[in-house]
Amino acid sequence: MTYFITQFINGLQIGAIYALIALGYTMVYGIIKLINFAHGDLMMVGAYIAFFALSNWGLPIYLAAAVSMVGTAILGVVIDRIAYKPLRDASRLSALITAIAVSLLLQNACMLLFSSSPRRFPTVTANLPTISIGNSTVNVIVFISIALAIALMIILNLFVNKTRIGKAMLAVSEDMRAAQLMGINVDFIVSLTFAIGSALAAFAAVLYLFSYPQIEPYMGAMPGIKAFIAAVLGGIGIIPGAMVGGFLLGIIESMAKAYIPSAFSQVTDAVVFLVLILVLLIKPSGLMGKPEKVKV
Amino acid sequence: MNMKQAFKKVMAVSMAAAFAVISLAACSKSSSSSSDEIVIGGLAPLTGSVSLYGKATTNGAQLAFKEINAAGGINGKQIKYVVLDEKGDAQEAITAYNRLRDQEKMVALLGDVTSTPSLAVAQRAVQDNIPMLTPTSTDAQVTLTGDNVFRICFIDPDQGTTMAKYASEKLGAKTAAIISNASDTYSVGLTKAFTEEAEALGLTITASETYGKDDKDFKSQLTKIQQTNPDVLYCPDYYETDILILSQAKEVGLNIPILGGDGWDGILNVTEEGNPQEADGVYFTNHFSESDTSEKVQNFIAAYKEEYDEDPVSFSALGYDAAYMLAEAIKNANSTDSDAITSALQSISYEGVTGSISFDENGDPIKPILIIKVDGGEYTVADKMEIER
Amino acid sequence: MPKKKIRSYLINIAAALLVFSVVYLALQLGWINSYYRSILILICINSIMTISLNLATGLLGELCLGHAGFMAVGAYTAALISLNSGLSPYLSLTLGILTGAVTAGITAFIVGIPALRLRGDYLAIITLAFGQIITILIRSLGFTGGALGLNGIPLLTDFPLTFWMLIVTMYIVYALIRSRQGRAILAIREDDIAAEASGINVTHYKMLAFVISAMLAGVAGALYAHYQGVLTPEKFDYNYSIDFMVMVVFGGMGSITGSILAAVVLTILPQLLYGFSDYRMLLYSILLIALMIFKPSGLLGQKELSQRVFQRLGRQLWGKKAQTVPAETDIPTTVVDEDTYLTEQGSGDSGVGGSSTRGQENLPVSGTPIAEAEGKHQERLGLDTQGDEPLARKQKGRR
Repeated sequence: MTYFITQFINGLQIGAIYALIALGYTMVYGIIKLINFAHGDLMMVGAYIAFFALSNWGLPIYLAAAVSMVGTAILGVVIDRIAYKPLRDASRLSALITAIAVSLLLQNACMLLFSSSPRRFPTVTANLPTISIGNSTVNVIVFISIALAIALMIILNLFVNKTRIGKAMLAVSEDMRAAQLMGINVDFIVSLTFAIGSALAAFAAVLYLFSYPQIEPYMGAMPGIKAFIAAVLGGIGIIPGAMVGGFLLGIIESMAKAYIPSAFSQVTDAVVFLVLILVLLIKPSGLMGKPEKVKV
Repeated sequence: MNMKQAFKKVMAVSMAAAFAVISLAACSKSSSSSSDEIVIGGLAPLTGSVSLYGKATTNGAQLAFKEINAAGGINGKQIKYVVLDEKGDAQEAITAYNRLRDQEKMVALLGDVTSTPSLAVAQRAVQDNIPMLTPTSTDAQVTLTGDNVFRICFIDPDQGTTMAKYASEKLGAKTAAIISNASDTYSVGLTKAFTEEAEALGLTITASETYGKDDKDFKSQLTKIQQTNPDVLYCPDYYETDILILSQAKEVGLNIPILGGDGWDGILNVTEEGNPQEADGVYFTNHFSESDTSEKVQNFIAAYKEEYDEDPVSFSALGYDAAYMLAEAIKNANSTDSDAITSALQSISYEGVTGSISFDENGDPIKPILIIKVDGGEYTVADKMEIER
Repeated sequence: MPKKKIRSYLINIAAALLVFSVVYLALQLGWINSYYRSILILICINSIMTISLNLATGLLGELCLGHAGFMAVGAYTAALISLNSGLSPYLSLTLGILTGAVTAGITAFIVGIPALRLRGDYLAIITLAFGQIITILIRSLGFTGGALGLNGIPLLTDFPLTFWMLIVTMYIVYALIRSRQGRAILAIREDDIAAEASGINVTHYKMLAFVISAMLAGVAGALYAHYQGVLTPEKFDYNYSIDFMVMVVFGGMGSITGSILAAVVLTILPQLLYGFSDYRMLLYSILLIALMIFKPSGLLGQKELSQRVFQRLGRQLWGKKAQTVPAETDIPTTVVDEDTYLTEQGSGDSGVGGSSTRGQENLPVSGTPIAEAEGKHQERLGLDTQGDEPLARKQKGRR
C-alpha cells in the first residue's frame, strides 16, 4: 500500500507539471485553434531565465520565478506577434508548421547562446525535510509543488470565469468574429492568452527544476509532447480538461512504470499513447470535451 | 497591385536573393584543399540532442590538431580538420560523409561519435577504402565492418563485463538492479553485457528497469528498484542523465553504490556548485583518470581548460587521442594513401591520455580499463583491470 | 483511350526520360560527383514520402502525423528480407519493396479502422500516437534488433531505382485522383458529409486512400533501408513524421509537383547551410518561418507545375510571341502569380484569388458553390469545423 501511495505521489507531481504546461497548449488552442508546438520550448526558455535570475543576479527563488514568468510571457507574446499573427487567416496547418519552426528556432538559439552543456539548477530542497512512506522517502518539495500548481490553477479558473477579461477570453474562444463584433479587442485577448500560457509554462519550469534540476536546450521537447497529450486527453481547448488530463497522465505514467514487470518495461512508453488512443476512440473530444459540431 | 502585394513581392525577391547569397557562401566555403594541407574529415553531432558529446569530442580533436599544426604539422604539411554536423542522425551522417569524401577530399575520417551513424558511415568507408577512426562509438559491430575501421574506446561488452566482475569480486555484491535507457544503443549494449556476466558470476538481478529518450523523471522506476533491496545499482548512461538518476535515487531513499560506464566521466561537471561530494560512492569504468599525475594527462587537462574554459570529459580525451593517433599514423605512413594509413594504424602503438593504445585484429583497442571511484568530490582510481575478449 | 490522353502520357514519359537521362549521364560521366548522387537519392525518397503523405493529407484531407511509422514498417520488412532471405540481392530488394508496401498497407488498415473514425486535429493526434506505438513495438521486438536496430543492410538503392520508383509513385497518385475513386476521395476532402449524403461510401474511400498512402510510404521505407544500411527505431519517431509534414505544407497541400519541389528545396537547403556550421539549424528555422509567413499556402498552393506553367512563364518572359496555351495535359493548372492570372484569365473559375481545385468540374457531388467549397476546404484542412469559416471567406473576399 505504501508503495502505491509513493508511486501515486510521484505521479501527482509530474502530473502537476504536465497540467501547467498543458494549460498553455489548451488556452492557445481554444483561442486561435493552433497547436503551439513551441510551447515546450517556451518552458525551456523559462527555465534558463529562472536559472540566470537565481545564479547570476542572486535573486531569491520566488523573485526568480516571477522574473522568469514575466520574461517568458513577453517572449510568448512577441513570438505570436511576429510568427503567428501574420498567419491568422491562413490555413491552420501553415501556422502549425510555423510553430514547429519556432520550436526549432528556440532550441537552436538557446544552444548557441548557452551551449548544449547542461546547467545545474541550484538545489532549493537542501534544507527541507523528507517524509518517510514505508521504506521510501518523499521530499516535502513534492507536496509544495503539487500545492502551488493546484493553487495557480484555481486562480486561473477564477480569473477566466469571474473577471471581465477572462470572460472576454471565453467569448473569443467561442466565436472570434462575434466577439470582435461585440467590441472585444481580439488582438489584445490573443496576446493575453499567449502571455498567460507562457507564464504558466515558466512556472511549470520552476517546479520542474525543483525535482529535475538540470537545464539544457532540448529539455522542453519531452514535457512539451507529454503535456500536449495531456491536453488532448482532457479535451483540447478546455481549461479544466487540461488540468485533469495532466494529473491523469502523470499518474498513469507513474503506475505503468510501477506495476509493469521489468521484462516488459520497454513498452511502458507505449502505455501513455494507448490510453490516448482509447480515450479518443471512446470519447473523441477528450474526457471533458463537448462533442464537436459537424456542419455541412 | 496594392501595397501589401507589392510588399510581398519585394520580400519574395529579397528572399530569393538571400537564398542565392547563402548558396554562394556555402559553395565558396567548400573550396578544395591545396597540396600543402592534409584534410582529415570529422563527423559529429554539433546540433541536436546528442550535440553535447559531439561538441566535447570535436573540441578534443580540434585542440590536438591545433597543437600538431603549431608544432609544424605532419612532415611539413598542415592538417585541415573539417568537421560536419550530422545531428546524431545516420542519414545526415551519410550525406556529410559523402561531402567530406567528394568535396573536401579527406584522406582519413575521424568519427563518428555515436554508434548508429558510425555503423552507417563505416559501411561506406569500407567500400571507399577510407581509413576511419572513431573515438567514441562503442557498438561492437562498428569495427567488424572492415579492416580500415578502428576505434579507441572500449566496446560495449568490455565495460559491462568488467563492471559486473568488479561488483561481484571486489564490492562483494550478491544482488544488483539495473536502470537503463531503452532507446540508447550504448546503454542497451552495456546492460546486456553486464546482465550476462553478472548471471554467470552468480549475481542476482533483482530488477531491470528502463526509461525512454529525454526522460527526466526516474522516481517511479527507482522506487520500484528500492523495493527489491539490491546491493548495487548499475546505470549505464551519460553523465547529464546520470546526475538526475543519482539525485532522484537519494530522494527516494535508495542509498546504494551506483555503478556505470565511461559515460559517467564528467559527472563532477554537473554536480551542484559547491557540492561535488554529491556523486560520492559512484564507481564507473573509464579510459583515464583526471587525478592521473602523468604529465601527458595533466598537460591535456590544462590545455583543454585554457582553450574551452571547462573540464574535459572522456569524450574530449578520446577525441584528443584519436586526433593524435591519426596524425601519427599518417606520419608513419609518410603518405596520404589509404592503404598506407590503414596499415600504419594496424601497427601503431601510441601512448595517449587514455592509456597506451594498440589495435587488435578487429581494430579495437587493447588497453587496460580503469575503475574510477568518486570519493570526496574527486575521481580516484579504485582498480585497474585487463579487458578479456 | 482518347488521343489527347495518349499524347499527354507520351509527353510525360518523354519528359521523365529526358530528366532521367540528363541526370544519369551527368552522374556517369562524373560531371556531378557521388555526393550529389546521394542527395539525389534522398530527394527521390523524400519525394515519394511527401507525395504519399500528400495523398492522405492534401487530397484526402486527413492530417496524418505518424507517417514515419508506416515508413518504418516498410523499411524493417525490406531490411529483414534482405538480411535473412539468402536470395540474390536484387531479387530480395524487389521482394522487399513489394512486401514492405504490403506490410505497411496492412498496418495502415489496422490503424485506420479505429483512427479514421476521427477527424481533424484528433485524427492527427491519434496517428501521432500510432506512429509512436509502432516505433516502440519495433524497439521491443527481438527480431528487429531492438534499440540497437539493424545494420549491414546491403546498399542496393541507387539513383535509377529511386527515380523510377518516384515516377511510378507519381503515376499511381495521378491515376488515382483522375479515376472514379479519386474523385470520390476529393469529394470527401471537400465535404465528407455531403459526399456521404450523395452515396459515396466515405469509410471505404478514406481507407482506400489511407492504405495506398501507407503502401507508398512502405516503398519509400524499403528504398531508405537499402540506402542507409542501418536502421534504428528512434529514427522514425514523430519528429521524422513532422519533417515530411513540413515538406507537404511547404510544397502546397494537394500539389504533387509541389511536394517534389518542397522535397528538393528542403533536402538541399540543410546541405547549403553546412558552411554556417553552428548556425545551420538556426538559419533553417528562420527561413522556414519567413517562407510560411510570406507564402502560407506553400510554394505551389494547390496548383501543379506543368507545361502550361512553363509556357506561360515563357510568354511572360519573352513577350506574347509564344503560342497560346493548348490544354496539353488534362491536369488543370494555373500560374504561380495571382495578379497576372486574374488579369489574363479575367473571370477566373471561382473568383477566389486564382486557385483552382483539381478535378472540381468533375466532382460527382458538389453541393456548394465552388467559392464556398474552397472556403470549407481551407477550413477542413485547418482541421476545425467550428467558427472560423466566415473569417476564411472574408479573407478570400478581401483579395
